[in-house]
Amino acid sequence: MFHKIMVPVDLAHTDRLDRALSCAADLARSHGAAVTYVGVTGAVPGAVAHTPQEYAEKLAAFARAEADARGIDTHAHAVTSHDPAVDLDKTLLKAVRDTGADLVVMATHVPNVTDYVWAAHGADVAAHTDASVFLVRG
Amino acid sequence: MTETTTQPGIPDPDGASDIIDTDYDIGQDNIEGKVGPFGFDIHNPVFMISGISVVAFVFYALALPEQASSFFGWLRPALTSSFDWFFLSAANIFVLFCLFLIVSPYGSVRLGGKEATPDYGYPGWFAMLFAAGMGIGLMFFGVLEPVYYFATPWGDAPLGTVRPFTEDGVLIAENVEEARRMALAATSYHWALHPWAIYAVVALALALFTYNKGLPLTIRSAFYPILGERVWGWWGHIIDTLAVFATLFGLATSLGFGAQQANAGLEYVYGIPNSITVQVILITGITAVALVSVLRGLDGGVKLLSEINMVIALVLLLFVLFAAGAGTIVSEFVIGLGAYVQELLPLSNPIGREDDGYRQGWTAFYWAWWISWSPFVGMFIARVSRGRTVREFITCVILIPSFVCVFWMAVFGGAAIEQVIADPEGSAVYGQVIADYNPPLSLFAMLDGLPLSAITSTVGIVLVIVFFVTSSDSGSLVIDTITAGGKIDAPVPQRVFWCTFEGAVAIVLLIGGGLPALQAMVISTGLPFTVVLLLMCWAIFRGLQSERRKT
Repeated sequence: MFHKIMVPVDLAHTDRLDRALSCAADLARSHGAAVTYVGVTGAVPGAVAHTPQEYAEKLAAFARAEADARGIDTHAHAVTSHDPAVDLDKTLLKAVRDTGADLVVMATHVPNVTDYVWAAHGADVAAHTDASVFLVRG
Repeated sequence: MTETTTQPGIPDPDGASDIIDTDYDIGQDNIEGKVGPFGFDIHNPVFMISGISVVAFVFYALALPEQASSFFGWLRPALTSSFDWFFLSAANIFVLFCLFLIVSPYGSVRLGGKEATPDYGYPGWFAMLFAAGMGIGLMFFGVLEPVYYFATPWGDAPLGTVRPFTEDGVLIAENVEEARRMALAATSYHWALHPWAIYAVVALALALFTYNKGLPLTIRSAFYPILGERVWGWWGHIIDTLAVFATLFGLATSLGFGAQQANAGLEYVYGIPNSITVQVILITGITAVALVSVLRGLDGGVKLLSEINMVIALVLLLFVLFAAGAGTIVSEFVIGLGAYVQELLPLSNPIGREDDGYRQGWTAFYWAWWISWSPFVGMFIARVSRGRTVREFITCVILIPSFVCVFWMAVFGGAAIEQVIADPEGSAVYGQVIADYNPPLSLFAMLDGLPLSAITSTVGIVLVIVFFVTSSDSGSLVIDTITAGGKIDAPVPQRVFWCTFEGAVAIVLLIGGGLPALQAMVISTGLPFTVVLLLMCWAIFRGLQSERRKT
């Protein structure tokens, strides 16, 4: 049913992503789909990398490691954003189009009161894309 | 300085730049957590110390208002009078240094590495440079300053130039041309090469050490060549805290004064009462709009607002240009530009001058003011300037804005001076600038002398307010980045906090009365920052040298 699964990852917090990552890997295996890990970074040095190029390489390394560990076909897609704190959802939506994903698997937090002001990223992506979206509680 | 391009774990960015090898991980000293439902990610010493010291100073200004205002009221003029030679010399060094970078081979270094492409196109980039760098100042001083120099009876004319009026206010025809020439030159001097060079130094230092050297986007990074690993400790905390402090108080006091100006304009045009209540409503409104903009991010917020600003400012500029007579104004511009070039050396000469009133009261004051703003503006310019070469960066941050500013002053100042010459006694401009000395109204007085003044004055008030929204928004971004240890992806509620805090400080100072004292304090920070900027020039030079060598 699914051919391309997109998984947004925050390389600074990979420890919190385990459930989403294994969920995506299981789906990939059962559907014979490839997984594309999407990472969003700013142009300025951050906790993960000093330059966008370095970020892209780290994301690629992450994708290779996942491929080896989980036995699936993986790709990496790094995106640079001017203001990742605010433009994350827009950037992810564009990534869904650019990667041609038909399923998005993403980790999400337990809803709380701030969701009334700032919609959760998962909810926002689900509301504005044609792809199916699977939100995995962290 | 220990540097290498081959280090384990961090791949070379295509041989594109020369990353500094440091053991510091960005965000390593940060504290992440949650307050209720709101997440935060802050650099703790800097966040807490800046926050607490801001509150402490507000309390000081409110609890001991007389002491605070007499102390800072003494400190600021004392500094600008005693150190005028230092401010003037330092600013000259910044200009020469930047001009040197344009012609030197270092100009070819690209910010962000050899293959980086610019994040923003020219129109959006220019709009943001202007809105952050000057915007509001051009509105406030565009009429005030040229007319003031032209007609000042207080003996602070630039270079002690002739006065075009007799004691009784009668025009002396043969002095008019010389006085007008000098007024335009002296105003342009304060708004062209020197202030933009000050911003360019800070912005270039931050951009270079962030995009090419891989250090976090905070003020302390520019000091890595000088302090080495110590910048990650207390030295760095102090530098960053000072920058946050100057930015927050600079913004809050400007916001307070801005509300008073907008209120004065509203009273002049619409008869809306000039009261604290109206001003508090204005600050609340400006902060609320700024909050919306903060939540929309850099591209959807600040950039969009800056572009709106530029369009409105351009419309107003063209209107004044044509309403006041394009021919006359263009000739004013040619006179102004020529006079600026001619008088630049005498005006920037730091020693052996007799025009103390102008040199200490205006020039040194301006330099201290621009310099105290430079961490904020420089950091914002750095944020949006990735992908430009050093040569392109300096040309666009110094030469082009200087040209535009000289033109703006020629249009607004020129039109106002024409009105004063046409009717010295009766013109509203003369009344507001000289007779009553009411600076906030100078712009509106000039617009009054042109057709459609009800509409243009409204446009003027809107422009003042939108410029303030833009400053408040970009200021919150800058403060948030510094207090998050250089991270730009910290949770958004932090920006909301700083934006709201800034509005709250402005309101408290407005009601309690502490605006002049704290603004004097902010400008006083210009003195230590001047030393900091001089060190930055050296750091930039070293950084560019190693960049050229390694790439």
